[in-house]
Amino acid sequence: MAAEAGDSLDNSSPDTNLVCVVLEQYVPVLLIIVIAIVLAAALLSVSYLLGPKRYGSWRKHLPYESGMVPRGDAREKVSLKYYLIGALFILFDIEIVFLVAWAVVFRELGMVALVEVLAFLVVVIGGYFYVLKKGALEWE
Amino acid sequence: MTPLLITIAVAKIALVFFVVLTVVAYLTFTERRLSAFIQDRYGPNRVGPSGFLQPLADGIKFIFKEDIIPPKANKTMYIMAPAFALVTALAALAVIPIGKGFHTDLFGFLQDPVFVRFQIADLNVGLLYVLGISSLSVYGVVLGGWGSNSKYSLLGGLRAAAQMISYELALGLSILGVIAITGSLRLGDIIEAQETMWFIIPSFIGFVVFVISAFAETNRLPFDMPEAEPEIVAGYHTEYSSIKFAMFFMAEYTHMIVASCMITCLFLGGWYPLPFGGWFGIDINTHWYLPPVVFIGKVLFLLFLFIWVRWTLPRFRYDQVMSLGWKRLFPLAVANLLLVSFLIVSGVL
Repeated sequence: MAAEAGDSLDNSSPDTNLVCVVLEQYVPVLLIIVIAIVLAAALLSVSYLLGPKRYGSWRKHLPYESGMVPRGDAREKVSLKYYLIGALFILFDIEIVFLVAWAVVFRELGMVALVEVLAFLVVVIGGYFYVLKKGALEWE
Repeated sequence: MTPLLITIAVAKIALVFFVVLTVVAYLTFTERRLSAFIQDRYGPNRVGPSGFLQPLADGIKFIFKEDIIPPKANKTMYIMAPAFALVTALAALAVIPIGKGFHTDLFGFLQDPVFVRFQIADLNVGLLYVLGISSLSVYGVVLGGWGSNSKYSLLGGLRAAAQMISYELALGLSILGVIAITGSLRLGDIIEAQETMWFIIPSFIGFVVFVISAFAETNRLPFDMPEAEPEIVAGYHTEYSSIKFAMFFMAEYTHMIVASCMITCLFLGGWYPLPFGGWFGIDINTHWYLPPVVFIGKVLFLLFLFIWVRWTLPRFRYDQVMSLGWKRLFPLAVANLLLVSFLIVSGVL
């Protein structure tokens, strides 16, 4: 990491300088993630080291199923609904990502941006009503 | 970055983690006492004066309990899941500004005073950072649900995945009005823009949608489908014991804190005490300790609201949760965006 902008970087181009200044903002983010990982690892290992280790009955190690001995594997077929929700989420979330970029500059662009976003939203809402009509959001 | 700035950043992170985890511990205590009060019983009142040392006793007990890893579980995922949940929840705290900051020379240690912000990282994409990091938290829940290899856990994990991503749409849409008014994603700028008027007023629908989605994102009642005790035992953390169980809870309560901070930042004026009028002439550069007091006061009130709602409202059915997210909140959030953008174009805002 470079020091203060314009201090040791006088000879470098302004672009490199800008990149360094932007990257510098992210050093604390890196630090917080590293410290959080260290904290989580410490918590996990403390209880691993200090907790008692008894084997006990084989029943203790069964997956919980209200006292019954479980039958079969837990990972069986799951409803297709969940995948559908996942796919729809990705579609609509991307629209929101576009809208975030639009919202940041909206005030400068004014009326033009409003008309353009209305055209965009008509397409999105059209897709939304198609999904509704197809019954993709109905749970029985 | 100079070594001094890095040291200050590390000190801030350590302080924030300490304070937040202490608040988390006492939130569990407050929740138990408040729920007891609401249900007309006593709650934990034996450890220390009126039960005040209960979180400490709980913490010690969690550490000294046996760490059971079910033999059928997928060991890597099973161990990683609570760590992932906690790390993502804590990392989201990085960009939350609780005040402006102050100049200090570290008690005469430095020649030139340095400016210490009440914020760990002042990112220009702070809002996106919080959304991005906190949406990673769904992985902790899903990994835990899948890795446990138990039927209840898997059901809880699946429900959590579908519910959290559904409400993330409404959450993402409801903040667009705020971004459009401010024209910035930096949380500090968003709070500054609320000096004359809190954003709850122009973007009230957005506020309602955001609060409801925040409840769903943190898996709190009335949206606690992933845990739903009467149906699927304890959902994704059915198989977890000792500190791993506690880490899921720490993550959930840290998420509540992050969500409360975001509601405060985006709609309730951050560190401005009243909906109108800013600071009424108080110079907050000299009284630099006032903004954090106001901010934290609002956050504590919202945390109280989280607990209050949990012990007042019954749980939704799963199909009701999904249809509320997709069929009600999504259109409402779009309506809010259109309303706010018309207000901006017509020059009201």
